[in-house]
Amino acid sequence: MIDIQNLTKRFDGVTVVNDVSFQVQAGEVLGFLGPNGAGKSTTMKMLAGFLEPTAGQIQIFGQDVVRDRLAVQQRIGYLPEGAPAYDDMRVGQYLQFMAQMRGLSGERLRERLRYVVDLVDIGAVLEQRIQTLSKGFKRRVGLAQTLVHDPQVLILDEPTDGLDPNQKHQVRQLIRQLSADKIVIISTHILEEVAAVCSRAVIIAGGRLVADSRPHELEQRSRYYGAISVRLQQPVADLEPALLAVSGVEQVEMLEPDQAYVLLPQPQAQLYAPLTELIERQGWVVDTLHMERGRLDDVFQQLTQQEVA
Amino acid sequence: MSWVICKRELNAYFATPVAYVFIFMFLALAGVFTFYLGQFYQRGQADLVAFFNFHPWLYLFFMPAVAMGLWSQERQLGTIEMLLTLPVSITQAVLGKFLAAWLFAGIALLLTFPIWLTVNYLGDPDNGVIIASYLGSWLMAGAFLAVGSCMSVLSRNQIVAFILAVVVCFVLMVSGLSIVLDALRGWAPAAVVDVVAGLSFLTRFEALSRGVIDVRDVGYFVLLMGVFLAATVQLLNIKKSA
Repeated sequence: MIDIQNLTKRFDGVTVVNDVSFQVQAGEVLGFLGPNGAGKSTTMKMLAGFLEPTAGQIQIFGQDVVRDRLAVQQRIGYLPEGAPAYDDMRVGQYLQFMAQMRGLSGERLRERLRYVVDLVDIGAVLEQRIQTLSKGFKRRVGLAQTLVHDPQVLILDEPTDGLDPNQKHQVRQLIRQLSADKIVIISTHILEEVAAVCSRAVIIAGGRLVADSRPHELEQRSRYYGAISVRLQQPVADLEPALLAVSGVEQVEMLEPDQAYVLLPQPQAQLYAPLTELIERQGWVVDTLHMERGRLDDVFQQLTQQEVA
Repeated sequence: MSWVICKRELNAYFATPVAYVFIFMFLALAGVFTFYLGQFYQRGQADLVAFFNFHPWLYLFFMPAVAMGLWSQERQLGTIEMLLTLPVSITQAVLGKFLAAWLFAGIALLLTFPIWLTVNYLGDPDNGVIIASYLGSWLMAGAFLAVGSCMSVLSRNQIVAFILAVVVCFVLMVSGLSIVLDALRGWAPAAVVDVVAGLSFLTRFEALSRGVIDVRDVGYFVLLMGVFLAATVQLLNIKKSA
């Protein structure tokens, strides 16, 4: 378990992380969200023991990251932003080095190397120098390195940043696969990623924690949660006032005049039944109609801009 | 752990042709200094004084070049974040890297062996003295490298690290030249002049280069290495908590 208490970091008097507290349990995949410069990377660097907090403390499985740094780091796999690596080394050499540094040797080392090479599928590039690898392969080498000693905690700073959609998908699948028996913390500013892999989302803005809940609960905070978007096959005159009159509608947003709209509900209101009733009564032919899940980026904007303002 | 780091660093030196060019230049310049400037033949003596005399000046530029990448490159590439989040203490990391640079310097130094063969072919030198001089020279190289290691933490730009190291090493060297000491003698107390002279690589190396191993000279270089490596550790610690 990870226990973060009143974590604060100041650089030259500028507060980058401000009094952040939360806990993470084994089996959780925590999405760490925030705009650029919100303090995500700084927090992760402190978690990994690279930076020391100005105030507050971090305990990982009961051990303090500053006081018992080496013992904690033995349990952590950390992928810094951009997956830096010793570019002039060959992939196999590099992984072996990282494994040796974590105290692995002999048969156990060879077995773990085989396992992670297989897991992230980099067997084909073992003899290549890291500087010659594509971004996707480089990221996978970075992931392999974090896993080689079978850590209980994975800290991944923007693990999918700069990857193409296929590669993103692979990395996310890998993270889901790993999360069963580990604590995984990933930082990201890609919201779909949170919905896709995280069991919990923590949002920070301006160094402060502004939200901590399940991605699904976050979606519920969106004004689009429970909204319905509808598109008719033919334009209908004065459609907008008719939709506004549907019971429970707070507001409508136009997508195409007299043809396609999004209906935003009043709190707790259900729009589906009254809307379909109206459509049937008017004999409109519906092209598409669907319920919105609530938009994470909407909530994200709402939460992070409040903080800045 | 230090040893694992040391092996990696040493391999990294030889991963690119730079190391070979570097060693070639070192050997070439050592030869030029010895035979032309040092007038090895004209002296007509079977010793390597002409060879060792120029080592401080050779090291002034070569050792900062060997050490400049030790930390600045890690910062430049961002790999320092990997290295210092491995379960390894900063002291171990500093020692491992320094050791690699020192071994590299040792390899370059060992490759000057043809000059030793030459002097043995031409005459009958005191090989005990020569071995002692080699050890003294290697020790001095270590001091230069420790300075370089410390300066390498200060900038993520290797060139800046190089220049800083050359400047600091230069100051440590010339403090023993008579021109500096004479300038001091005019006004400073004798004790200060002695301390400044005692800080110099040149003064300390002079005896070692003649094969005289004095505990104080050895102690000076060891102490200097200790001080600058400890400073390297401290600087890294400061960056961590700053």
